[in-house]
Amino acid sequence: MTGRVIDVGDACVTLELDALVEPDINDACLSIADQVARAKLSGVRDIVPTYHTVAVYVNPLVANREAVADMLTRAAASDGIARPPSAARHEIPVCYGGEFGPDLDDVARFARCTAEDVVRLHSEGIYRVYMMGFLPGFAYLGKVDERIAMGRHETPRMRVAAGSIALAGSQTGVYPMESPGGWRVIGRTWMRPFDLQRPEPSLFRAGDTVRFVPMSRASYLDALTRRA
Amino acid sequence: MSGPMDWCSHGLANLLVGNSEDAATLEVTMSGPELIVAGDVTFAVTGAEFPLTLNGAAVAMDKAVHARSGDILTFGMRRHGARSYVAVTGGFQVPLVLGSRSTHVLSGLGGLGGRALRPGDHLEIRSVGPTIDRELRSRPFRLPEGGAALRVLPGPHEHRFAHETVKKLQSFRYVLSPRSDRMGYRLEGPALPWPPGTTELISGATVPGAVQIPSSGQPILLMVDRATTGGYPIIAVVISADLPLAGQLAPGDWIEFAPCTRGEAVAALRDRERALLTAVD
Repeated sequence: MTGRVIDVGDACVTLELDALVEPDINDACLSIADQVARAKLSGVRDIVPTYHTVAVYVNPLVANREAVADMLTRAAASDGIARPPSAARHEIPVCYGGEFGPDLDDVARFARCTAEDVVRLHSEGIYRVYMMGFLPGFAYLGKVDERIAMGRHETPRMRVAAGSIALAGSQTGVYPMESPGGWRVIGRTWMRPFDLQRPEPSLFRAGDTVRFVPMSRASYLDALTRRA
Repeated sequence: MSGPMDWCSHGLANLLVGNSEDAATLEVTMSGPELIVAGDVTFAVTGAEFPLTLNGAAVAMDKAVHARSGDILTFGMRRHGARSYVAVTGGFQVPLVLGSRSTHVLSGLGGLGGRALRPGDHLEIRSVGPTIDRELRSRPFRLPEGGAALRVLPGPHEHRFAHETVKKLQSFRYVLSPRSDRMGYRLEGPALPWPPGTTELISGATVPGAVQIPSSGQPILLMVDRATTGGYPIIAVVISADLPLAGQLAPGDWIEFAPCTRGEAVAALRDRERALLTAVD
């Protein structure tokens, strides 16, 4: 893989690969992030892989910027890009539509199909976790079937309910907590993507696979009661 | 992410009471609380300038002050700056969450119940032995008065914008709208248009100080509680040394973005850190 190293301010050095949502490119980012972490360069505060970049946050007074840039370039060029060792598979039960999916009808109109078709197309997808970001426990999942890949709202909602399943273009995700959000909300899950009571609070990790399984409103409410 | 909006004043408050720089402080924004002391304590208040009284008598900012059980600390009307920091010897006792004592309100993590403080809240402090009285020798930076010049490096997407657009950002004042908070400041000023054919980018990692340009052309200056990833192009990034200045801006204040080089940015940070460490005797 070839990429370019860019500075984002004075405290972050980023490697940029081709700006595409593709498994190969994402795999490369995860592998490069892992290599940089293992190198334990001084002054590195955090390493964040995204769809197509690896951002290395540094203390500019401690880190050697050239050493970090060099490490990123060499890691990108090296062979042997491997999938992350523990890629978990998740099945997320979802109650689609109704009060839990206020944007489902809009997506159906956008796709020129029925709401049932949207549910089918969304739940048939096998999604990869490309990266974590936005909020604790939020996983960027892709890729959504392009027929239903409706873009974000122009103005984000002030409040999206916790557990909401939403989509924005080719990305889909689960809101781990109530938050403002501009994605199209089509359903809700009772599962918790982020729970401090768990030894690993975040349910998802970059590289994992996710499927959504439709459930009835009655089953959803029942599961919600049992969870509490 | 998260943490103090003005890391310099936060660090200074801690140094004045003999703490390490990363002990938990209280961040006071725009208007101050009334704090009742329960137990002998040494405290210091830094950052935005407020008249302070302890049991009605004036006490100074920027120095270690001793208070006894039952004393009441009151903040008057804010004069300059936006955020003050209250430090107590030993630090406020809030639990470590994911390695931090900061509060992140959006996710409800950390601090006291993951939220802003309310009347009636109790904050735990440690009882520590007598401390040396420390005073400010020199101020690490001057508070903004009405606005500030913030030095910037070119953003990763600067080259996508027209040259005139980049120059516009560096030539006009941008004012903080009321929709400005710890996640970011929405700025108002001459529009910075996307070049034709630009669309949202695939989400990438963000940094505090990033100046994002959404399709409206009105810039957003990302701050400490920002979303960690985003898809708007970043035209410029405020240098780390000037983030404390940015953290002291209030709605209605102006910003002038001033270009500088990476070498200047790192030197400025070194100077700021040195100024902080030598600020207290």
